[in-house]
Amino acid sequence: MSNELQFRDPALARGMAATLARQLEAIGRKVAVMHVCGSHEQAIAKFGLRSLFPKQLEVIMGPGCPVCVTDTPEVDEGVVLARDGVRIATFGDMLKVPGTVQSLADAQASGGRIEVVYSPKQAVDLARSTAEEVVLFATGFETTAVATAAVILDDPPPNFSVLSAHKYIPPVMEIVAEMPGSRIEGFLAAGHAATITGWGVFEDFVQRHGVPVVVAGFEPNDILAGLVELVELVRNRTPRVVNMFPRCVTRDGNLPAQEQLWRVFQPTGGRWRGIAHVPNGNLRLRDEFAHLDARKRFTIDLPSLWDYAPPQLARQCICGDIMAGIANPKDCRLFNRECVPENPVGACMVSNEGTCKIWHLYGGVPDLEEASA
Amino acid sequence: MCLGVPGRVIDVDGWTATVDFWGVRKQVLLNIVDEPVAPGDYILNHVGFAIRRIPPESVAETLALYEMLLGDDTADLMTSDVRGEIAGTS
Repeated sequence: MSNELQFRDPALARGMAATLARQLEAIGRKVAVMHVCGSHEQAIAKFGLRSLFPKQLEVIMGPGCPVCVTDTPEVDEGVVLARDGVRIATFGDMLKVPGTVQSLADAQASGGRIEVVYSPKQAVDLARSTAEEVVLFATGFETTAVATAAVILDDPPPNFSVLSAHKYIPPVMEIVAEMPGSRIEGFLAAGHAATITGWGVFEDFVQRHGVPVVVAGFEPNDILAGLVELVELVRNRTPRVVNMFPRCVTRDGNLPAQEQLWRVFQPTGGRWRGIAHVPNGNLRLRDEFAHLDARKRFTIDLPSLWDYAPPQLARQCICGDIMAGIANPKDCRLFNRECVPENPVGACMVSNEGTCKIWHLYGGVPDLEEASA
Repeated sequence: MCLGVPGRVIDVDGWTATVDFWGVRKQVLLNIVDEPVAPGDYILNHVGFAIRRIPPESVAETLALYEMLLGDDTADLMTSDVRGEIAGTS
């Protein structure tokens, strides 16, 4: 396998794969674990790691793509603001995410002014360059929300406001763990989100659910090492939090960033697209920052958009089941047929971090046995 | 997006650092970094902000993944995310 040459230490990778196989043999049944990070799925797919996993080990991508879980009405809010002439700044991944009637790209095609930014700071710079209202349509998990918090606290111009669709990962892990019939026996937590929160944030979760959590980095060998540790915790029935990414993650995390995050944002319950209502899963601006909250500054008339039925195809999309770990992209009748990155039906095919787009690009389940059969 | 990108601090001016990303010099904000940074330090940049000062003993290990990714073809999802992170600086 050519990708294996790119491993910094292929022998170590093979050794860890062999360890996983021995562990699964000792357990003697199928084990499913979940990661919650698009970058983990990218690395797993890019380096063909699933071909190294034992058949009995299922590694599922959960709701780890912030763009994908941005709910339809949240996209609608951006579309309505754009339709009303407000300039929207947002991350490029958001453009094609389907709303009820239109995506932001559709709104742009019908004259809406939507600017792609790579940083919340660039949205502030845009606002400073004009007298017009500029709204940052802010998406992302806590790793990105801290940057939005920082610009809010740094005296932005009066024509700047934020439409927050930021989401907070720890509460959605609770939802997945509590789903009836959940097969998930362990979680691989994303290294860089944990850089902010620290690994200590998962301790209560482990205690409540009896499910281990391992924090892992993004190199192929980081992921394999994380899985070896996670499966070992499953095998020994010793649920706890293990930090396998100490070069980036500490127990307490980034305290100055957390302080700014929670000064600006309040966790509130809300829907994650296709998943569920997630208590405390949405990050909304605190009342103190109401003047910077686009939802309070503007009247966003959503019902005016909802006179149309959602497109038929969207009803067949199973993004939600995929992100909940119940299905994989190959179970979807739209995957790689009507739904492709150039013309996505569901959000998971839009974002670079979406399971469907990653599987589309790397050819679905990279299973060597299947490929050579 | 979660990958971020590491760079070497060249200069610090208040809350702004000039950071070198493989020869490209950019401004990165220091409002939310976990520890004070000084020229010569490496930081992890995400959407234009340093979110972590990389401990000196971990720098080489951290850079390796990115060097491999940036040497890769540009259509790759991970590589394009890393390039996007560099574009998030000003």
